[in-house]
Amino acid sequence: MLLIGVFFFLPVIGALLLSFTDFDLYALADRSVLRFIGIDNYVSLFRNPDFGRALRNTFYYGLVGGPLSIAASLGAALLVNAKLSPLKGFFRSIYFAPYVTTLVAAAVIWRYLLHTRYGLVNYGLGALGINPVDWLGDARWALPAIILMSIWKNFGYNMVIFVAGLQSIPEDLYEAAELDGAGRWHRFRHVTLPMLAPTLGFVTIITLIGYFQLFAEPYVMTQGGPLRSTTSLVLLMYEEGFRWWRMGMAAAVAFVLFGIVLVGTAIQLWFRRKEEA
Amino acid sequence: MSTRPQRIVLAAALGVVALLALAPLLWMVSLSVMPGGEANRYPPRLLPSAVTLEHYRTLFSRLDMARYVLNSAFLATTVTLISVVINGAAGYAFAKFHFKGRDSLYRLLVGSLVIPGQVTMLPLFLMMKQLGLVNTYVGAMVPWLASIFGIFLVRQYALSIPDDLLDAARMDGAGEWQIFRRVVIPVIRPILLTLAVFTFMGAWNDFLWPLIVLSNDARYTLPVALANLSLEHVQDTELMMAGAVLTILPVMVVFIAMQRYYMSGITAGSVK
Repeated sequence: MLLIGVFFFLPVIGALLLSFTDFDLYALADRSVLRFIGIDNYVSLFRNPDFGRALRNTFYYGLVGGPLSIAASLGAALLVNAKLSPLKGFFRSIYFAPYVTTLVAAAVIWRYLLHTRYGLVNYGLGALGINPVDWLGDARWALPAIILMSIWKNFGYNMVIFVAGLQSIPEDLYEAAELDGAGRWHRFRHVTLPMLAPTLGFVTIITLIGYFQLFAEPYVMTQGGPLRSTTSLVLLMYEEGFRWWRMGMAAAVAFVLFGIVLVGTAIQLWFRRKEEA
Repeated sequence: MSTRPQRIVLAAALGVVALLALAPLLWMVSLSVMPGGEANRYPPRLLPSAVTLEHYRTLFSRLDMARYVLNSAFLATTVTLISVVINGAAGYAFAKFHFKGRDSLYRLLVGSLVIPGQVTMLPLFLMMKQLGLVNTYVGAMVPWLASIFGIFLVRQYALSIPDDLLDAARMDGAGEWQIFRRVVIPVIRPILLTLAVFTFMGAWNDFLWPLIVLSNDARYTLPVALANLSLEHVQDTELMMAGAVLTILPVMVVFIAMQRYYMSGITAGSVK
């Protein structure tokens, strides 16, 4: 308890205070030059085009990548859990393998898979007659490419949660629906989805929280480029705080992230409550 | 309606997804044993023309990779042991001890799961600096020692221990610590193993905090060393892939050996 207090709650409060100061390299050496500057950090953040870009990229990654990732997980779960599927446990483990890999290593592999000239992705596209895409060097494609990699890496985790959710749906519901003449799609739409709603709510929250914390992928694959098209909030925080030692500013970035996650979670919970009511 | 065609379609779909999931990893292994330069050819090669382990040798002889392997192994193992003891005891206390403010404290903890860990990193770094722990192993371990998720996991499980069992042990004159060791731990063993796997894999794979707190490359963990390697030796694809294999291999082994505990942890965490 004390440990969490000291190493978690204290830092959260510390971060909030820090975000109202001009803590920088000089303050790191000599605390006396530290000044309280109110919301100046936040004001200058919102005037900083890099911050605007990081904000937009983070939302893009979370709001496009998150749902796509959840859809992939749900698809895989339905596939693995289908009554007629062979070797369920075996495939479930295989689908989970990418999630276990170290993110940095996965980023290294994907940087090469996406290589303009030697990568397998472009080679495959070439076989379909599509010209090579400069995935990580083109500002339009870099973030979608990172999303693609994230889906590959993460779908197994939510899949396991979905499989557990699917298995808790009573079989009678499906039988009753079938007797009523409901086709496959109708059974999915009117039995599976509503019964899965609580799981879906939980998965959405954890996935969004996770996706808003994008960091290692752009750090290794693109260093935030090209043209800052893959700089995320956490990457910006890292650069501000630990490359330029503008820790007050970095703390403000961290709190903006916190605010976004908080609002996102609140909206999710509100939706859930409304559905249950 | 015949089920045979359905079975075949399903099996094919499962196979295709499995291939997509594994292809990047298999290609990584294949690239890592290719003779130098073979990875940078067009069209891309799927399999090496000859298998060589020279890149793995280079990793250990020229790049001192053994040190990073040891750093990672030492950090992840120590963190796992400490975390299981601390969070095991804390989770049990939240489940079975009645102290003032317990429930509101617990709600506060669970609620704070939504706070992104990155928020704490700047002040945590300054604290470590004040304590002289920047660039030490202890500093690298700190955020992992107590985990809200771990406490949550153990508490849910420990709730199912019957109070009678504990009371009976107390009647027999057993002290609280003895009860914890002799009665509680055997019962909550599965969840402690789950927690151990989670912690080990999380600590092994962690990147941001070691990147921040470890400034001297003698103490780098594998992911930090690999990130540096991949930014410095961009052209040396086979070498990079060998580094990636080396980084992934230990967690893969732990996962395969312990996957039952890992999977049950994911679903236990999702039932709120």
